[in-house]
Amino acid sequence: MKELRLMKGNEAIAEAAIRAGVDGYFGYPITPQSEVLEYLMSEQPEKRTGMVVLQAESEVAAINMVYGGAATGKKVMTSSSSPGISLKQEGITYIAGAELPCLIVNVVRGGPGLGTIQPAQSDYFQSVKGGGHGDYKLIVLAPSSVQEMYDFVDLAFTLAFKYRNPALILSDGAIGQMMEKVEISDQKPRWTNEEIIKMSPWATTGKTPDRPHNIITSLDLDPSKQEKFNHKLQAKYKEIEKNEVRFEEIQTKDAEYLFVAYGTSSRICQKSIQMARAKGIKVGLLRPITLFPFPSKRLFELSKQVKGILTVEMSAGQMVEDVKLAVKCSIPVEHYGRMGGIIPSPAEVLTALEQKIL
Amino acid sequence: MAEKITTNDIVKEENLVFRKTPLFIDKPLSYCPGCGHGVAHRLVLETIEEMGIQSETIGVAPVGCSVLAYEFMDIDMQQAAHGRAPALATAIKRLHPEKFVFTYQGDGDLAAIGTAETIHACNRGENITIIFINNGIYGMTGGQMAPTTLPGMKSSTSPYGRDIKTMGNPLKITELVAQLPGTYYVTRQAVHTPGAVRKAKKAIRMAFENQKLNKGVSFVEIVSNCNSGWKMEPVQANEWMVENMFPFFPLGDIKVPAEQK
Amino acid sequence: MAKVKGSIVVNIERCKGCGVCVPSCPQSVIALHEDVNAKGYHYAYMANPEECTGCANCAMVCPDAVITVYRMKVNE
Repeated sequence: MKELRLMKGNEAIAEAAIRAGVDGYFGYPITPQSEVLEYLMSEQPEKRTGMVVLQAESEVAAINMVYGGAATGKKVMTSSSSPGISLKQEGITYIAGAELPCLIVNVVRGGPGLGTIQPAQSDYFQSVKGGGHGDYKLIVLAPSSVQEMYDFVDLAFTLAFKYRNPALILSDGAIGQMMEKVEISDQKPRWTNEEIIKMSPWATTGKTPDRPHNIITSLDLDPSKQEKFNHKLQAKYKEIEKNEVRFEEIQTKDAEYLFVAYGTSSRICQKSIQMARAKGIKVGLLRPITLFPFPSKRLFELSKQVKGILTVEMSAGQMVEDVKLAVKCSIPVEHYGRMGGIIPSPAEVLTALEQKIL
Repeated sequence: MAEKITTNDIVKEENLVFRKTPLFIDKPLSYCPGCGHGVAHRLVLETIEEMGIQSETIGVAPVGCSVLAYEFMDIDMQQAAHGRAPALATAIKRLHPEKFVFTYQGDGDLAAIGTAETIHACNRGENITIIFINNGIYGMTGGQMAPTTLPGMKSSTSPYGRDIKTMGNPLKITELVAQLPGTYYVTRQAVHTPGAVRKAKKAIRMAFENQKLNKGVSFVEIVSNCNSGWKMEPVQANEWMVENMFPFFPLGDIKVPAEQK
Repeated sequence: MAKVKGSIVVNIERCKGCGVCVPSCPQSVIALHEDVNAKGYHYAYMANPEECTGCANCAMVCPDAVITVYRMKVNE
């Protein structure tokens, strides 16, 4: 049997990073995700696997360290929470523009501004619509348990390297801080330099006589080339949309109504479903696991089955826009959410369903 | 003298004493006529050639006039966001301690927007080389005031001269980083005369050799011209630099390791 | 008595005519040509080739690395 541990979500991210054979983590403290860096520092992964862990002078420096490390083909990552992720946007758009694989973890807290240190889901737009300047997308994974916090680290790197694209784990302060049982995977070895050169021939590993020099940049001053490059990026995002949509359905088979929620909200909705069904209301849940790519196709199929959809988000309503686009306005789609660090209760979600959709 | 020696007699492979290093990619440089960047590029590349470390070197280009440095240097290079080159270099070196890692940055990049990255990479004692070109102006964007613009010096955003009361003082960041325990070798050079170029070359060579010792940052400032930004002829710009820049940014070593004195 | 004779070769089309090499030449060999290259620059050339010693000072300061230098010993 696999090893089981009781861990915080943030600790699961850190342990998973070591076990996934990550080469470097560059971070900066911010509540509610500081345990990632704390756990790594106490584990001394340089002794376990040779992994580099560095506390940077700012979130800006940390993401640019990720940029530098990713360009050399290494598995590198950072984590932060909302205000820190805003600071990182410059680096993220460069990384996306230079088509580099890496992992960014956002343990979301309420905003805007300094906001609160309590959990929220109000960084959805920033995560799935780009975040920084220019036309780009991140691969966005939304864990709803500590186990998924753990599992998605390795998955994020697999996808990031498959598409040469930065991946983001969009979590929140609740999942980051909560403790759950986690099944720990076996230690993956870190890639050797030879493996990296073979796998990522584009990486800046030192120019050898057998190849031209490698350049990692997001700059092209020739408009026709820059447009061509942008088309290439868009084609890549289409490919990701085609191949990588992930979601979970709960009690949708006979559902007449549907919740759409991810992360912490999706956990609340599961209880709301039980309460609703006890009252004879047949409601199910679609939980997007990938927020980009979004499960639009499946939602459109479900829109032919259900009479209405309620999205539940800890925000003013962001994902609801993508749900509306997905169902092409064929059925009513409403939003229910709490803000400022408040997690909605199952009862209030049920009431919202009854008042807004039924 | 038996016969007159002609140019054809002299121009033969066996008489070659100087040629452009093959690491300098054969395309026209994007710099203005007379700009010191070209010489600084050449010295970095000659150093890499002479040390035989082309396959072990990773460079980081900045934002500014030398944003396209990677177009001319036949080594693996990355282009950093404005000011962030030392952060990139930190990670590259930590992940590849066996490689030679350098940044090539201008004054706006290194001493304004990237001040935090510069100071902290220097203070952590990252085992990297920083080449810092200081021409006292933002050249790329059209000659705006830089952190190193001299008091009273005119630029497009200080058209009546830099007024230190309202615009602040020029920053001697090289003296500043020399104070940090993480810097191992800090020097200020120039490339406007043959003698200065030979000295700058020695400094750059030492700054790269130092990476073998793993003792911290080697920091080479090169005070250079920006004849377009200064609105002068190239030769006149070099003279102006000697008269005005050097008194404020005096050339010479600022911090030399005891064992290399 | 051995004497040193030098010569330079200028990559005319790459020369930007900045003239930085001119004051660097201790023998006053180099000047900017009255003709221009394809880009319209008055390129550097040896106006006084007899005096070149191949010291490479011009090449040291040339921002575009367009100067190649040769030197040979001549017995007189």
